[in-house]
Amino acid sequence: MRAYVVSRLAQTALVVFLSLTAVFVMVRLSGDPVLLFMPMDIQAKDVNEFRQRLGFNDPLPVQYARFVGGAVRGDFGESLRYRRDAMGLVLERLPATLLLAGTSLLLTFAVAVPLGVVSAVHRDGLLDHLGTISTVLGQATPGFWLGLLMIYLFSVQLRWLPTGGMGGVAHLVMPSIVLAAFYSARVARLTRSAVLEVLSEDYILTARAKGLGEGRVIGKHTLRNSAIPIVTLAGLEAGQVLGGAVITETIFAWPGLGRLTVQALLNRDFPVVLAAVFFISLMYTLINLVVDLAYGWLDPRVRLT
Amino acid sequence: MKKWLGISLTLAVLLAALGAPWLAPHDPLRTDFPQSLRPPGAAGHPLGTDQLGRDLLARVLHGARLALFIGGCTVVLTAVVGGLLGLVAGFVERWPSTVLMRIVDVQLSFPFILLAMTINAIVGLGLRNIILSLSAAGWVVYARVVRGEVLSVKQRDYVQAAAALGVGRTRLLFRHVLPNVAPSIIVVASLQFSSFIVAEAAISFLGFGVQPPTPAWGSMLSESRDFLYVAWWLAAFPGAALALTALGVNLLGDWLRDTLDPKLRV
Repeated sequence: MRAYVVSRLAQTALVVFLSLTAVFVMVRLSGDPVLLFMPMDIQAKDVNEFRQRLGFNDPLPVQYARFVGGAVRGDFGESLRYRRDAMGLVLERLPATLLLAGTSLLLTFAVAVPLGVVSAVHRDGLLDHLGTISTVLGQATPGFWLGLLMIYLFSVQLRWLPTGGMGGVAHLVMPSIVLAAFYSARVARLTRSAVLEVLSEDYILTARAKGLGEGRVIGKHTLRNSAIPIVTLAGLEAGQVLGGAVITETIFAWPGLGRLTVQALLNRDFPVVLAAVFFISLMYTLINLVVDLAYGWLDPRVRLT
Repeated sequence: MKKWLGISLTLAVLLAALGAPWLAPHDPLRTDFPQSLRPPGAAGHPLGTDQLGRDLLARVLHGARLALFIGGCTVVLTAVVGGLLGLVAGFVERWPSTVLMRIVDVQLSFPFILLAMTINAIVGLGLRNIILSLSAAGWVVYARVVRGEVLSVKQRDYVQAAAALGVGRTRLLFRHVLPNVAPSIIVVASLQFSSFIVAEAAISFLGFGVQPPTPAWGSMLSESRDFLYVAWWLAAFPGAALALTALGVNLLGDWLRDTLDPKLRV
């Protein structure tokens, strides 16, 4: 068990390192970062001074070594735009993203798992058809469009909720619903098929034959056994939620990591981009590790090696 | 029901895309300031006009053309590249395959939309680069699925028999293995198609990808945000077109999967 965790952590470090190297190489291949960042009418003398100060005049391997040396200590240099420590900027924005992502994940599982279970238990009934229609529509509706529609309805027309920004609970309502909508559809569909699969197993027949109430058959025997595919998807989706947060945060002007990444990319502020990539890939791989560890707990037959 | 809804929606979008130059009442780029921000139903403009007086119906129809073109090119490119790499990686189990699959793992450990957006921001904007960025982010799915299929197909008796008869490796791979993994490639492609279209729209919405004034649904939605208080139709119609396209293609993909390859999980 301990050996497994250690080797997985080593893999995580490798994944993060490779992602950073890929982004570093792409950034350097795409052109001179200083020229891309600077305004068009800048003087050649200033460009050179800026380049010298930021170390862009050194040979590429030297720059790469310095980058890696800094990265392992969590130092990605200074933001070109804000003249501040890039890592500090990212850390500052992290809590907002975690709050948004956490709320949406909770919302997703609070809505989607019961929906999927009800659909499966009432297979081909009215509730199942309603559930299927809403999940199919939910999967097809792009989050940024749903966001615009909600802003139009709840902020422009009804004036119930603020259009964006971060503040009280009211600010959190629309972004977390938009972020949760798409994933809820997927989780509900998967829950339905996982529960249906378990319901056709012999041990469910046995449980019913020995006279167990339907509540216990579903609540205890079925749910626990359909948990594995649902948890797998949860892990995969948790990472995709980070991707979805980029769009949701931009629509609702939510001051999180996703919006910072978009702005850094638009401004060609590459130290911030690299720091954000570092955090996102780190979180994503760690979430997957937690999910894999959860298997062993949910299903004692699973051996982690 | 699902099948016919999927087929008819997809056909409708395809028709809109192919027929855009004839169906559209106006040139999607022609501005007409006196006619700006007319609501749907205004004379000559069934869906109204935008802030520059451009006809919204024409822009939505041409948007379909662009969306299907980008989605189609990306699906073909990723299917060919990812499929070939997966085919070879499954067939030849040597170290290059291991390295390739590690790259696939690393890339899958990153949210797709974020990866495509980052690549696009770095390599540059525009039509060609958005297709390349989406492809660079999307090929891994095929590589993984196809490799898994090849690993199982090549153990089958008919492949073993063909090998025993002295069929060459290339012929074995393309005549005996490929036709048997083709259904999976088709299913993955149909399921990926709508996610590419939506991803392109999202990336253009964020300000990368296809740039205004080109009528792309994503950038039209992005521009509509400034006029949400006065012109709801600018947000409603391009988004509805995108959602209906995604719905049609998703239903079609689900039906193809149920028919061709019910066990496949993507």
